[in-house]
Amino acid sequence: MDNYGAYAVPAVMLCIVLFGFLRRVPVFDAFVAGAKEGLQSSISILPTLVGLIMAVSMLSASGALDLLSSFLAPAANALGLPPQVMPLALIKPISGSGSTAVLTQIYKDCGPDSFAGRVASVMSGSTETTFYAVAVYFGAVGIKKTRHTIPAALVGDVTACILSAFTVRLFFR
Amino acid sequence: MNILLNYIWAFMILFSIFCALVTGRMSQLSAAVLNGAGSAVTLVIAMTGMMCAWTGLMKIADGGGITGLLAKAFRPAIRRLFPSCEKDGPAAKAMCMNITANLLGLGNAATPLGIAAMKELKKKNPTRTADNAMAMFVVINASSLQLIPTFMATLRAQYGAASPFDILPAVWLTSVGALLAGVTTAKLLEGRTYG
Repeated sequence: MDNYGAYAVPAVMLCIVLFGFLRRVPVFDAFVAGAKEGLQSSISILPTLVGLIMAVSMLSASGALDLLSSFLAPAANALGLPPQVMPLALIKPISGSGSTAVLTQIYKDCGPDSFAGRVASVMSGSTETTFYAVAVYFGAVGIKKTRHTIPAALVGDVTACILSAFTVRLFFR
Repeated sequence: MNILLNYIWAFMILFSIFCALVTGRMSQLSAAVLNGAGSAVTLVIAMTGMMCAWTGLMKIADGGGITGLLAKAFRPAIRRLFPSCEKDGPAAKAMCMNITANLLGLGNAATPLGIAAMKELKKKNPTRTADNAMAMFVVINASSLQLIPTFMATLRAQYGAASPFDILPAVWLTSVGALLAGVTTAKLLEGRTYG
């Protein structure tokens, strides 16, 4: 189990490069074109992240984040979650960059391989920014009444929260 | 959405200052302003190389037509989830492509494909109320499955995770569960919420 992480990245690279080569993709040109897109998206999220990481650092330094976590601790216990991840669970459906900022703070405070760090990783890797998806897709076609979309999507988000603690316990005990 | 984030951000800043006043941590707070803003830049710079490498690799896969190949594999599932859509019609095709792009983590490609799919669905729905197919499609996107969550893994590596990808099985199981819960809820609610 310890080592399979070491195989994941080379295995994915092998498959992709071999697949591209066999399908006659100009592999290096495609790589460079893709990397350029990565660079652009990195640069474009920077201002948002500066604003949000600054705000989350302030919450943490002032003790407000601890206060919020302890306030939410009963809810966290009821769901079987570590209290540190509750702010992440709250901001995740609303803002992708906001959840990145909170995730960074959890890694800083607890470490990425702690129980809270792992639960936070799973939580942020397994759902999308619900309200963003709703706003973008319905906004693009002028739909005003979304009916059951938001309740159903939020059921998915809550399920992801509960399952994240469960699956981390399952795979890391 | 942006309006809500404006309120949240203002709350975070003001509440932090208030808490620092009460707890007497004003000097830590002002240090956090400087460090927080600075660390965002350091973080993005540190992660850019890895992010570029992943988007580059995914572009190779995309250039080889992997999106089209995988989209074919999803067709039967799409037919069941969207009974109102024509088999292999433009809406079904665009939805398959969008779901595949999401699965591969091609966020930049997924959103335009998703909007194209919504526009196809809109052709059959002249109202301003979502129909069942639209709701189902957005629910799937909101709990979207990503095979390799590269951004999160890069962030884990950045903070010193021993093997940043070791959480993948947990992520997969959790996303499949969340997706099933969302889709089931959407199916259960779709008869009840007209109007």
